[in-house]
Amino acid sequence: MAREISYREAINEAIASEMERDDSVIVMGEDNAGGEGSPGDMDAWGGVLGVTKGLYGKYPGRVLDTPISESAFIGAAIGAATRGMRPVAELMFIDFMGVCFDQIFNQAAKFRYMFGGKATTPVVIRTMYGAGLRAAAQHSQCLYPIFTHIPGLKVVTPATPYDAKGLLIQAIRDDDPVIFCEHKALYDLTGPVPTESYAIPFGEAEVVRDGDDVTVVALGRMVHMATEAAGQLAQAGIECEVVDLRTTSPLDTDTILESVERTGRLVVVDEATPRCNIATDVSAYVAQHAFGSLRAPIEQVTAPHTPVPFSNALEDLYIPDAQRVVNAVKAVSDWKA
Amino acid sequence: MSDTLAPPPTKGLDADGLLAAYTTMRTIRAFEERVHEEFASGDIPGFVHLYAGEEASAAGVCAHLDVRDSIASTHRGHGHCIAKGVDPVAMMAEIYGKLEGSCRGKGGSMHIADLSKGMLGANGIVGGGPPLICGTALAAKLQGTGGIGVAFFGDGASNQGTTLEALNLATVWNLPAVFVAENNGYAETTSSTWSVASDNIADRAAAFGMPGVIVDGFDFFAVYEAAGEAVARAREGGGPTLIEMKFTRYYGHFEGDQQTYRGDEVAQARASLDCLLRFRDQVTSAGQLTAAQLDQVDAEVAALIDEAVAKAKGGTAPTEADLLTDVYISY
Repeated sequence: MAREISYREAINEAIASEMERDDSVIVMGEDNAGGEGSPGDMDAWGGVLGVTKGLYGKYPGRVLDTPISESAFIGAAIGAATRGMRPVAELMFIDFMGVCFDQIFNQAAKFRYMFGGKATTPVVIRTMYGAGLRAAAQHSQCLYPIFTHIPGLKVVTPATPYDAKGLLIQAIRDDDPVIFCEHKALYDLTGPVPTESYAIPFGEAEVVRDGDDVTVVALGRMVHMATEAAGQLAQAGIECEVVDLRTTSPLDTDTILESVERTGRLVVVDEATPRCNIATDVSAYVAQHAFGSLRAPIEQVTAPHTPVPFSNALEDLYIPDAQRVVNAVKAVSDWKA
Repeated sequence: MSDTLAPPPTKGLDADGLLAAYTTMRTIRAFEERVHEEFASGDIPGFVHLYAGEEASAAGVCAHLDVRDSIASTHRGHGHCIAKGVDPVAMMAEIYGKLEGSCRGKGGSMHIADLSKGMLGANGIVGGGPPLICGTALAAKLQGTGGIGVAFFGDGASNQGTTLEALNLATVWNLPAVFVAENNGYAETTSSTWSVASDNIADRAAAFGMPGVIVDGFDFFAVYEAAGEAVARAREGGGPTLIEMKFTRYYGHFEGDQQTYRGDEVAQARASLDCLLRFRDQVTSAGQLTAAQLDQVDAEVAALIDEAVAKAKGGTAPTEADLLTDVYISY
């Protein structure tokens, strides 16, 4: 049975259902319960944005607050994963990867290969990303391209509550290290989510809107910008096929190619800054593998090559919006050689 | 010295235990001296960092460990691997980059691991291991196995934030962990008397609410005793301990290092402090093992290392088919 719940609730529900199902699933992070060692209530926060609220009471001893010490506890999650646990660690903001990246990319990501296939590291690192909350340059970035670059990591960017639940359940059950990226501006987005447990396989993009004129590939919050743009463009007689990547590693190149080979036109919408991001990656892949199908140059809609600004006026300009997607789609539709 | 009235220095180890300890130390020494020779011949690719001189640390700590326990190591990891039970034949093949190696030739000297033995890998990142050990210790605690985690790290890593964060977290979570700082005097070329701001690495333990112990790292029995207390404390839920081994390495930072930064401490250590020589003196004068028993171990170890090198040289090179495997379990 599906009912409407938020992206935040869907994530909480995914963790709870896996903790119920598997005793080896544990949760750790800064204030994941909240109030540890303090005179007032435990479970005071449930994480800084309340995503893990309530788990502490339901699963005693399995929700661990940590010091603000990302190298230590992200490393601990990775170490515990090598010894039979399935830790779900919260790296509060993806921007904080800078203080613990070694444990993620030199340790967790490489164990399997470096040790000749003899290590299993089923760790999930949940982390929030993205602009829109006026959180400025160190709390707003879209750094999933950096994780996507690293062999050995899987990278997930759910756009809807339904996908957040199903992809997180898959992430927790998955035997490889997974970076699970939650867009902070989506936590209050509601949508239909089944009460029962379900896993969405990685590497399977979803065509969220059918169309034959232009392929619009997007991920995370940008899926909503792309869908909004597609609605406006349909009024103008341009039918967009909107593809939600859902995971950037693995990347569902089949679905992208199948769509572009039919439409001959591609716009990629990525909130990350423009160099070496998902838009450039998808564009390069299509240019190499579907060059003969392209009827116009590929357009990329991304943030500018700047840090994320604070001021409302500037941040609103920074974030790609539906109008920029509309403009890009019109550019590829109208393009003449 | 007039210590004839002192009790035997063997700290309760019986003859089997003493022989096992000696075998571990001799295997490490012979392994490293042979790698030193073979590296000079040019057959071994990449970087190797030798543990010779430090054998008492790995052997004295790991003598207290079993399959429930996990260790993290360093770039100077061969000794920890051998002491934790990794097969020296597979290790040598790994160092030669062969398919028969511990990691199928994909790790090399700096990444030898055997998870089935609780050996979480030598580690190419200085300070990479201590956070991981917080996790293995946490897993043992939550699973109720009675196991512990041991992080070996060097004086260089003692200045890394990862190490200091791990020490803090281990106490905050009351983890069954032991942190073993192997202070061999140099981080690459840089003296620990300069790079470590406190007088001793062990002094830092107080700041993290745990006992800090300084041990003569050349003395197997001193290591064995200090590690025994720390391991027992960890197993009993008493929390972590920081042990600092003071000794020196017999070779350079890596093979090929001309060591122009060093004094004559290696010659002195080899002559008067060497862990194997001291162990031999101690156990034979206490009458617990005979010189003949120890000589036999030496001969068996020499044969094992010969076999390891022969097999490594004759091993199979990985092929293109191996390049893309084992990045993921499924992708």
